[in-house]
Amino acid sequence: MSALATLTPLQKTMRALRNIPRGIWRFLKLMSRNKTGFLGFLIFIGFVLLTTVGPLLVPEAKSADILAIYAPPCTFKEWRVFARDAWFKGIEVSAIEESGAPICTKHLLGTDSQGKDIFAQIVHGGRDILQMALLTGLISTFVGITLGALSAVIGGRFDAFLTILADIWLTIPRFPLLAVLATLVKLDNMLMLALLLSFLSWAGLYLSIRAQVFSLKERDYVEAAVALDLGLWHIIFSEILPNMMSYIAISFTFGMTSAIYAQVGLVFLGLVPLTRNWGVMINLAWTQGAIFFKDSVYFIMAPVMSIALFQLSIVWMSRSLEEIFNPRLRTG
Amino acid sequence: METVTTLGPTSPPLSVRDLWVEYRAERGLVKAVRGVSFDLASEESLALIGESGCGKTTLGVALIRLLVKTARIRQGEVIYRRDGRAVDVLGLNPRELRRFRWRECAMVFQSALNAFNPVLRIWDQIHDTAQAHGMVSRDEVRRRAMQLLEQVQLDPRRVIDAYSHELSGGMRQRVLLAMSLLLNPQVLILDEPTTALDILTQRTIIDLLRRLKADVGFSMIFISHDLSTAAELADRVATMYAGTIVEIGPVNDIFYRPAHPYTLGLIRAVPTVTGEFEELRSIPGAPPDLIDPPEGCKFHPRCPYATPQCRTEEPVLQPYYGETHAVACFNVARVQQDTGDLGARFSQSLGDSIL
Amino acid sequence: MSEYLIEARNLVRTFGTRKARVTAVDDVSFGIREGEVVCLVGESGCGKTTTGKMITSLLKPTTGQVLYQGRPVWRPDGRKADDFKTYRLGVQIIHQDPYASLNPSHTIYKILSTPLLHHKLVASPAEAMTRVVELLNTVGLGPVEDFLTKYPHQLSGGQRQRVSVARALTVNPRCIVADEAVSMVDVSIRVGLLNILSDLKRTLGVTYLFITHDLAVAKFFAWEGRIAVMYVGSIVEFASTPQLINNALHPYSKALLAAVPEADPELTRHKQRLQLRSQDIPSLLALPSGCRFHPRCPFFEPGLCDVQRPELTLLEDNHYVACHVAARQAGVAGA
Repeated sequence: MSALATLTPLQKTMRALRNIPRGIWRFLKLMSRNKTGFLGFLIFIGFVLLTTVGPLLVPEAKSADILAIYAPPCTFKEWRVFARDAWFKGIEVSAIEESGAPICTKHLLGTDSQGKDIFAQIVHGGRDILQMALLTGLISTFVGITLGALSAVIGGRFDAFLTILADIWLTIPRFPLLAVLATLVKLDNMLMLALLLSFLSWAGLYLSIRAQVFSLKERDYVEAAVALDLGLWHIIFSEILPNMMSYIAISFTFGMTSAIYAQVGLVFLGLVPLTRNWGVMINLAWTQGAIFFKDSVYFIMAPVMSIALFQLSIVWMSRSLEEIFNPRLRTG
Repeated sequence: METVTTLGPTSPPLSVRDLWVEYRAERGLVKAVRGVSFDLASEESLALIGESGCGKTTLGVALIRLLVKTARIRQGEVIYRRDGRAVDVLGLNPRELRRFRWRECAMVFQSALNAFNPVLRIWDQIHDTAQAHGMVSRDEVRRRAMQLLEQVQLDPRRVIDAYSHELSGGMRQRVLLAMSLLLNPQVLILDEPTTALDILTQRTIIDLLRRLKADVGFSMIFISHDLSTAAELADRVATMYAGTIVEIGPVNDIFYRPAHPYTLGLIRAVPTVTGEFEELRSIPGAPPDLIDPPEGCKFHPRCPYATPQCRTEEPVLQPYYGETHAVACFNVARVQQDTGDLGARFSQSLGDSIL
Repeated sequence: MSEYLIEARNLVRTFGTRKARVTAVDDVSFGIREGEVVCLVGESGCGKTTTGKMITSLLKPTTGQVLYQGRPVWRPDGRKADDFKTYRLGVQIIHQDPYASLNPSHTIYKILSTPLLHHKLVASPAEAMTRVVELLNTVGLGPVEDFLTKYPHQLSGGQRQRVSVARALTVNPRCIVADEAVSMVDVSIRVGLLNILSDLKRTLGVTYLFITHDLAVAKFFAWEGRIAVMYVGSIVEFASTPQLINNALHPYSKALLAAVPEADPELTRHKQRLQLRSQDIPSLLALPSGCRFHPRCPFFEPGLCDVQRPELTLLEDNHYVACHVAARQAGVAGA
């Protein structure tokens, strides 16, 4: 115990590194406290892996195949038959074409209007969305925290000005403005899009964080920190913010979800020149009339479901995050 | 468990026998009330004194079965008697229980704002309560309400149409008292009736309670951590520790001749305002964990009189000083030797009792 | 050098908007000498907590002055004086609610070491650890290993209050303002906590402003000090504790002392009460004219008490009272 404060920097680093696996295990345990949260976490990790590692394993759907337009995915029965045949007749997976197995076994989710594999498109199309969601979430949360906390603590004219600004900002219809800006500014850069989205959505986060800080700054322990002259920086980042971590985490997740919707919306409308994107898929599916055929519905549903499922996983995950950041669960 | 001392009339309105109440908590089972037995005589006021975690509030709430869902009455009897009939409160069905509550036995909670519905006027709350317990005639309820509000020294016209937040703490406490007397119950249970009230307001509530009890004639159990409230109002005092009654007896016995080390410790820890400066002594340590309490007497880790027997065997309430005073301790004789100075305080108090 | 460590001069503090202003503290003046214990006693709404916070650096008076070691703490233009930091660190506060006074996300070690490291009161983290252990021992929390890595929610109420005391001591304050510091702690533990505070007075010479509504606790803790009784924003009586307990002169003090229930049945049931003329506590938005206590005072004299506000006057040795009738009875001119 007495060694707590007497380690050299090198020793501290070694100890931290050794603690990583233990830290990960503890993190997983805390995550798993809430079943919905853990499920959400698993799905989220699943998507992350799918869209980051997946592209290395699944080849891109480049070539169009006229013979396989809107080929629906295999039904259960077809999978069963194929599996039985593969087992008994020892068919090589790579030799499926010649073997005469149905087309659907080559395409997990079917094919699109050009015969390209939908699954491959999903795998390759998610990365932009994830990156952008994370980036926007981080930037907008950071801006919201800094401005909100400073505003609540400093008060006075600074606070009054920002609050009025935020109130006005909220009345601006975000999406139409975004659409207009997209025609004026070239939005092919991920960072640019993230910055733009954060810029447009800071007001909500600012106001809610400000409200939360207002209530926390009246606490006795904050008053004690003031009496001990610990300084504005310490009070905001060490006294107040750690006690709103669950709030911040949830704000972050909602920041992500709204960013995804915004991006997909923009891409769907064709305002952002991105390729290889779920939004692009929806756009193509829509314009190709995929909703009108029974077999083609997979083309439009695959990206829609991916987006929906991904959003759901984020929202569920925030339940676990709530519990993680509750210090009462740390038994010390 | 053997019955404990009872006093006076043969049919006390309330008798509790071997009551055990447990809560389910994350870490385990909290044994909040462990084998409590006592009688409440007619027109008697009994104080349940103890500190946080001793189980007094759980006990009070259990008597009218208002426990939270995670709590369970493991065993015991709560016998209620009136006009020669007796029932076990713990065995009543929901309809009978509703008749029991408020008509026979009413509970007065702490006068915090959240004892009231903030969007209802006082009249609405009284009327709702009355209706829920069978008083149908609106005029009669109105008449009774006005009468009761006057009895608790409030101006009825001013209070009856007010909202709870418009009333002061003392006024709210009086409204709660009035509401509790609506259906003329035989037993009143009060939870911390004077805590969180200012000194002068406390004084009016204490005097009011005393007068109401004399006029109306109910029996009263009041739960408090405040020894001075007990000294004011109680006929008998029971001190509770770790879920059991460790000492019970007439108020003068408890204050001037305490026989349990915890009671003695409490009295020596509380200063009086009148008189000379007195040295106070605190009780070292902290209350035990009710999920995993220590072996033997639950007070032994903090007790200056603890012997090896105390560490292994839990003492039960035994009569001491005759029928009326019972203690749960193996070392009463040694404790009594140290209470001599309190006896001196007793005679001194009689001496300079007029300020 | 001033005779007082901290002095309050004509402190006034109002709250509210321009349309509705409430005066919580109305012209309060007193001084606390080094090493002394001064108690502020009164019922809720009397302004004792607000006064206490103005004595610390946490609340700025609307008008009036606070002097620390003889020098004003606030400049005439309302900004902080140059040596404000000395004052701020010199007067620390202990809060009432043990469940709100410690940051729930910090360990006890972090709570105690942060001020030490921030103000560079120790040369190294190792020295910080030594000092933290020392502080825990001073407040009687041991064995220290059991407390260093714990979080506040793992401690009992009494233990948390002790950590609060230790935290206040980290910056070596000259004065500690205890705002109802023992009110929410169990009775049997209260004495232990009060004894720790008394010990600090003996060993370190700490000065105390002890705010409480409990007269018995005030009497016990401040027996060698002084008590100021407050009513609706001003001090009505200010005397040494034995004087106040045995010979209170202001009707309100007399009423309080008579009304307090005692933990002694014969005493309390035979104690004579002072009947007041009215139960109503004055609203801060509509204060009575003249003496604020006159609507309730059994010694009320029409034409005098409801017309002129009594000043806090010295009636006997070290005994100040703000009452026309008491002053007259003591044979003091004025009023």
